[in-house]
Amino acid sequence: MSAPSQPAPERWSVVVVGAGPAGLAATCEASEAGHSTLLLDANVAPGGQIWRPHRGQPAAHARPWLARLQASGAELRCGARVVDVPSPNELRVQQSSGLQSNGVQSVHFENLILATGASERFLPFPGWTLPGVFGAGGLQALVKGGLPVEGKRVLVAGSGPLLVAVADALRQRGADVVGLAEQASTGQLLGLAHALLRQPRKLVQLMDLRRRLLGVPWRNSTWPVRAHGIDRLEAVKLRSSGGRSHTLAVDMLACGFGLVPETRLAQLLGCRVSSGKVAVDESQRTSRPNVFCAGESTGIGGVDLALTEGRIAGLAAVGHVDAVVRLQTARSSHRAFADALDHAFRLRPELCDLPDGATVVCRCEDVTWAALQHAEDARDAKLHSRCGMGSCQGRVCGPAVETLRGWPLPVPRPPLFPIPARFWRPSTETSASPCPSREPQTSN
Amino acid sequence: MRHHKPPHVPATRVWLDGEALQVPEGSGLAAILLRHRPAGWSRSVDGGLRAPLCGMGICFECRVTVDGKPRLACMTPCRDGMTVQTDLGSSVGDTP
Repeated sequence: MSAPSQPAPERWSVVVVGAGPAGLAATCEASEAGHSTLLLDANVAPGGQIWRPHRGQPAAHARPWLARLQASGAELRCGARVVDVPSPNELRVQQSSGLQSNGVQSVHFENLILATGASERFLPFPGWTLPGVFGAGGLQALVKGGLPVEGKRVLVAGSGPLLVAVADALRQRGADVVGLAEQASTGQLLGLAHALLRQPRKLVQLMDLRRRLLGVPWRNSTWPVRAHGIDRLEAVKLRSSGGRSHTLAVDMLACGFGLVPETRLAQLLGCRVSSGKVAVDESQRTSRPNVFCAGESTGIGGVDLALTEGRIAGLAAVGHVDAVVRLQTARSSHRAFADALDHAFRLRPELCDLPDGATVVCRCEDVTWAALQHAEDARDAKLHSRCGMGSCQGRVCGPAVETLRGWPLPVPRPPLFPIPARFWRPSTETSASPCPSREPQTSN
Repeated sequence: MRHHKPPHVPATRVWLDGEALQVPEGSGLAAILLRHRPAGWSRSVDGGLRAPLCGMGICFECRVTVDGKPRLACMTPCRDGMTVQTDLGSSVGDTP
């Protein structure tokens, strides 16, 4: 049986993974310096989460960067997911959107810049699997995809500055935002005042947002304890510290408890990850000398920090040391603000008491909180209950049990996303028994 | 009261579980599915219906079959003529 001929292996001076703000900035800097640069993103269009296009139209803040990207000569490849790292300077990239692959190709790099961003932390509570319960960023993403919310009663809950941005965006699209419930206390949030005074631009932004949200009942020290409904969400019960609770009739709940850096690819590459963040130095270099990381995956810090870090990573990857040094002041300043935000929005212990025995914790495999009671760690839970063995590979339940039980997120194993078995080529270092390498088919 | 004719918004035709839908151009598939299946469309292990949670391609609750292939609706733009089948619809292989 003759194997179909393989195209010549792709080799790039710089490969960037993730086309959000950090990845776009990194790609522009590297390509403008004259290096062959490839930018990969799993989505159908660049922008990441914060600059997600609205019904196909690029976000306003993304446009100058997209224009710069186009002028830079870099290649942008969308619908591309990295699924494996079979050898130190090689990525296996699945080319398509969604589960089914149109083929998996190898991409070789001299320098790699990871800008894989973050996802929301979801915490389980009774009723959270009802249709109509969304993440906060989740609902915003769906609205950008064209979901109408005009006239819908929406409650925004959970934690973090994202809630404010989401409430504002929903209101602008005509939603009736019936409340914003932040689990952090007022005292915790007042701790931000000091940091805000040092960053007048951010203070102005916040005050502007606050003004636009006048009329939305905003409660601190308040969190959801139950989502009510038969086959879809109808109401949400909230509790405040001090014991008071009240129930609101709603059409949708936008609920997320902060952001979690996406570190799986970095871990697969052998980069050091510390406290759930990819560890980097001031040049955004990871523990692997030719791998850099920028943006939310190095620690949640917002768009300004992501852009600065992205630029630093791109410049550092092509050896522009002076430019890297010039960006350090901005980096430190944005990082200080990010650290202050992190501290202000830390999660309260009451959130660990939210699920009851029947509450589903692993949504993919329908594993309840009761089933996890006797497990000692994530691996133990997986072996006894299948928790974390579903399609999401622990992306949803992992951060949840990290908060609930203190279990560190499990070390990922390839493939990083589900792919059809015929495209799976175990690397020789990891396969238990050697098997003949099967060439991937070139037809669907 | 508006008396002017609204601007023409090009439409895209999509088949959902055998039913033809006109959707606004540039729509994402998950947004369209939520309008037409607000009580969800993918079955969990225990048989309950799920709807999207994360909106960004990690929770897999929005899974559907598009033109015969498994896809995540939140990562799939609507394209004219695409056929979509959910766990609620006719089995894969039935024509729209």
